[in-house]
Amino acid sequence: MRHFTTLLRSELWKLLVSPSTYIAAFLFLLIMGFLFQLILVDYASDPKEENPSITFFRLFFVPVFFMVPLLTMRSVSEERSRGTIETLMTTPVTATEVILSKFTAGYLYYAVLWAFTGCFHILFYSFVQEDSLFDPYPIIGGYAYIAVSGTLFLSLGIFSSALTCSQLVAGIASFSMVFGFIVVGSYLEDLALPFISRPEWIDMLAKHTDVLQHMRDFSSGIVDTRAIVLYGSCSLAFLFLSILILEYREGAS
Amino acid sequence: MPKSEDQPEYTIEVENLHKRFGNLEAVAGISFRVEKGQIVGFLGPNGAGKSTTMRILTGYIKATSGIARICGISVASNPHEIKRRIGYMPENNPLPQELRVREYLKSRACLKELPSRHRGKRIDEVMERCDLTRAQDRIIGKLSKGFRQRVGIADAIMANPEVIIMDEPTIGLDPHQVIMIRDLIASLRGKMSVIISSHILPEIEMTCDQVMIINSGKIVGQGTPNELREAFINSTIYELEINGDLTNLRDSLKTVATDLEVTQFEEADERGFSKVSIRIPGNHDYGELIFSCLAGNSLIRARSLRKRQAPLEDVFLAATRRSWETLDKGLAKKQPSSDEIPEKAEISTAS
Repeated sequence: MRHFTTLLRSELWKLLVSPSTYIAAFLFLLIMGFLFQLILVDYASDPKEENPSITFFRLFFVPVFFMVPLLTMRSVSEERSRGTIETLMTTPVTATEVILSKFTAGYLYYAVLWAFTGCFHILFYSFVQEDSLFDPYPIIGGYAYIAVSGTLFLSLGIFSSALTCSQLVAGIASFSMVFGFIVVGSYLEDLALPFISRPEWIDMLAKHTDVLQHMRDFSSGIVDTRAIVLYGSCSLAFLFLSILILEYREGAS
Repeated sequence: MPKSEDQPEYTIEVENLHKRFGNLEAVAGISFRVEKGQIVGFLGPNGAGKSTTMRILTGYIKATSGIARICGISVASNPHEIKRRIGYMPENNPLPQELRVREYLKSRACLKELPSRHRGKRIDEVMERCDLTRAQDRIIGKLSKGFRQRVGIADAIMANPEVIIMDEPTIGLDPHQVIMIRDLIASLRGKMSVIISSHILPEIEMTCDQVMIINSGKIVGQGTPNELREAFINSTIYELEINGDLTNLRDSLKTVATDLEVTQFEEADERGFSKVSIRIPGNHDYGELIFSCLAGNSLIRARSLRKRQAPLEDVFLAATRRSWETLDKGLAKKQPSSDEIPEKAEISTAS
């Protein structure tokens, strides 16, 4: 792993000098700000007991659907289509270093974008009435979930990018996988309804793959280690598969 | 077993290398060896297997069968180690468009494990050698083709590797830049083994110690340019400046060879001297004979005589044509006779 830091530095630098990074960040913050404002308007007209931050985190999947493909679709497929993967893989770097550096750079960018949304909560609590109770735990829980689930979503994106040399195909594949994991995972029980004799394992599986429930748990202060294991193991599996694909296609050692 | 002193040291050894992509055999049993410090040129038409062979040597793609060794290390069993010993510039020279020249070379120096204390000095050195110093702060995507090629070459020689592999390094360069790159490659002679592929044949001839002509995945000619000429061009050409009739010249040269070919390729100048070429079958030195024949003929006055070497282009064309003819004959043998085809058709209809 001696080239990991060099590759990571290079990936981060490429992100910093690319205008698309700033366009994506602007789009992300615009949409998230708009959603947060809508939530506050809704709370102003119809007060609720639940913290608005919890409602905000429940909409986490909206930016994930477009940000993850945008962030990851370039990673391997662009290098492949430009041919720079050939010059990269003929230096003494390993496929593991290449994939992990791309994943880490994407993850850091994703984390920084979400960190910016912290300003929304700071602004909100600085303008609420003084007697309002400030509860930081839903915010901490929400961000913890974003951090944990982000590893899986980004590894899905990197995996899609490693499969092809077309950024468009990588983007569509990444969107499909993230969409499939969030929507199918959350509504597995409902999707299995047409089966007359539904196998028991589907119910068991549905309990573990309910992404929206995981978010609700984390933002309510319930840290479920089973969810952490699920996201951690799945992200490792997809990163491992990406490394295998790169080794197979680009003949890396 | 220790090597004897007069035994050459081979940095590249390839034995019976095969690479198959589905039904297509891109490399079909290539074998060659490159001595330390030698410059080798790969010649061949498009799709001949040059780039595939180079990619196998770099460890970027795996061979279907056969052995490739770089500095005695097997590429198949230790691709990671051989990447420390090679500098590679791929076809079309892919480069990241958004980085500046110096930034790119710096990151490549890190990846190639150059010690940090020598890194800056070495980057300055390769930029100087490739005439890139004035473009070091420019974004690669905005550079001209010539500058981009030079960035690729600077990257290939960066870590002082034992073997340098360059796929068409001079493509798209102007004559000044071609001379600069040719001199640069020539300056590596004796220090590093270099393999270059090119379609510019005079450049290969001027730069390379050994030439390999590849066609349809096979080596169809191998050796120094002169050895290849002897193997593929079975005639000797002389260029002559004469004042006199061509028929007279043909008659007087009959004693040299009976089936020689005399053609005028330049009209007579104001003093009546025209240029003619004499093609004589076989590879021999006929200079003295031609001189004595001309001296004995008072109707012809000669001003100059020189032996013309067949251009490498002719060698290349002859070698590839011969390999295609062999291939065609092989295919013709494999094809069923015309009588067999209707029978087979009948069988399939009946079944």
